[in-house]
Amino acid sequence: MLRLIVRRLALGVLVAFTVMTLAFMLTRLSGDLAISIAGPQATAADVEIVRKAYGLDRPLYVQFFTWVGRAAVGDFGQSYFFKDSVASLIARRMPITLTLGLVGLSLALIISIPLGILAAIRENTWLDRAVTMFTMVGQAVPSFWLALILMIVLGLHLGVLPISGTGTWQHFVMPGIVLAFTAIPALTRLTRSGMIEAMASDYIRTARAKGLSRARIIFKHALRNAAIPVVSIAAVQLGFMLGGSIVIETVFALHGVGYLGWESIAKNDFPVVQAVVLVLAAIYIGLTLLADILNALLDPRLRAG
Amino acid sequence: MSALLDIEDLEVTFGRTAAVRGASLRVEKGETHCLVGESGCGKSVTALAMMNLLARGGHRSARRMTFAGIDLLSLPDRAMARIRGNRMSMIFQEPMTSLNPAYTVGSQMAEVLTRHKGASRAAALDRAVELMGRVGITAPQMRLGQFPHQLSGGLRQRVMIAMALMCDPELLVADEPTTALDVTVQAQILRLLASLKREFGLSILLITHDLGIVARVADRVSVMYAGEVVERAPAAELFRAPQHPYTRGLLSCVPVPGRVRRDRPLGSIPGTVPAIAPGFAGCAFRSRCAHAIEVCEHDIPRRPAGGAHDYLCQLLPRERAEPQPA
Repeated sequence: MLRLIVRRLALGVLVAFTVMTLAFMLTRLSGDLAISIAGPQATAADVEIVRKAYGLDRPLYVQFFTWVGRAAVGDFGQSYFFKDSVASLIARRMPITLTLGLVGLSLALIISIPLGILAAIRENTWLDRAVTMFTMVGQAVPSFWLALILMIVLGLHLGVLPISGTGTWQHFVMPGIVLAFTAIPALTRLTRSGMIEAMASDYIRTARAKGLSRARIIFKHALRNAAIPVVSIAAVQLGFMLGGSIVIETVFALHGVGYLGWESIAKNDFPVVQAVVLVLAAIYIGLTLLADILNALLDPRLRAG
Repeated sequence: MSALLDIEDLEVTFGRTAAVRGASLRVEKGETHCLVGESGCGKSVTALAMMNLLARGGHRSARRMTFAGIDLLSLPDRAMARIRGNRMSMIFQEPMTSLNPAYTVGSQMAEVLTRHKGASRAAALDRAVELMGRVGITAPQMRLGQFPHQLSGGLRQRVMIAMALMCDPELLVADEPTTALDVTVQAQILRLLASLKREFGLSILLITHDLGIVARVADRVSVMYAGEVVERAPAAELFRAPQHPYTRGLLSCVPVPGRVRRDRPLGSIPGTVPAIAPGFAGCAFRSRCAHAIEVCEHDIPRRPAGGAHDYLCQLLPRERAEPQPA
């Protein structure tokens, strides 16, 4: 078990380094930084001053390792646009994104796991078909559309939830629902297929031959084995929710990390872009590791590493 | 004396396919009863139907199906679950996949006793250790904390047997318990079953296609063909004087040292078990039988052959006088 964690951690560091290299190279490739920082009115002399001031005249590998070395101790430099340190910018936005992601994932799991189990144990009945239909529709609905519909119904007509901003916990309900909907179809289908496979297995036949109660067969013996792919995908989905919720953060005016990343790309604020990419990569790595550990706890065969 | 298990005219269908067609089976207290036949003849389905463990889509009906006087046909699912694993238990052909990979051996064994006897977990684990010792598992205390993937196939089957014995059942159904194991382990498991039967007064319904196993352990034998029990007899009687052409064919396929002549080919039964369409009448074996005549297309009577021996065949012994089986 410890071996597994150490190996996955080493792998994670390697992935993080690769992502850093890519993020650094891509931002450099997208044009001359000094020109975009100096602005459209700048003269050639101004650009040179900017280039020197930001250290952009040094060789690329020096710039890269300087950045890597500082990032390793949590110093991501200064934002060109916000006139603030990148670290504190991200630290300020992170709680919003984390809250939203966790609300979204919790809602998704609360809805999709029972739904998947129900569909599996009622396989090929109207209920199963209704669940399949629901997941297909859920997959097809664009999140901005669902967001707008919720705003109109719950916000304007019923007036039960605030439409935008981050003031209270109620502000996170609607975006949480919309975000949950991006994960519910996949998680429901995975739970359903995992449960169907488990329920048809030899060890479930044994559990029935032992005379165990139906609840114990479903929740103890089948669900634990069916949960493994669900855990893996839920981790990826949470990573996606934390990094890719730009549309939802924009629609609901939630100024989270996704929105920050999008803003800084638009404004050529490269230190922020690089840092956001790195933080999101680190989150993905952490979540994948967490999923591996959870799965090893669920299935002893995975503990060998 | 009434039988421990009494099944009369069991029919099992999966959609339009009939898997069992009027099988009758009696298992007496304390006997090892072998259910023999080729693959696909309905042996396992008969046992699963009796345990109410048929896969989805399976439907059973019977004239009578009783276990220790309890009518299994009218028994609600919950009450049946209280009997399964408790008064009757079952082990399977696939020891590698029959244990849940996610739980320890101890936890899977203990839950049988906590479920049926309301035992504490500690008491259940003690019982598990005791039974693992009885079925010849070394270091049982250590096995409690092990997971199925850490055990060999033979050990897993022993765990399954020990688990089946947790509640001191009256009937153990063993569905090809040694087919997936190598020959030495097979012999050990068979000896184990025989000694358990003596020690616990257990009745065993052993499903197998291996007549060598039948010869070694069976008290009584029921031969199944295409969903019917075509011959029933005490084991010694069956080997001495098989009556049904199918039984005779089966026996001719098994080489017996000293009796088989090397210059003659070993017997075989041509063809395979036919699929039986709804509305089929007559003898299901007639398409493969060397003695089939027109009357075989009509309903077949059950003929007594003395004592507890009977068989399903239209023909009288002299009508199917055949060349001495090789």
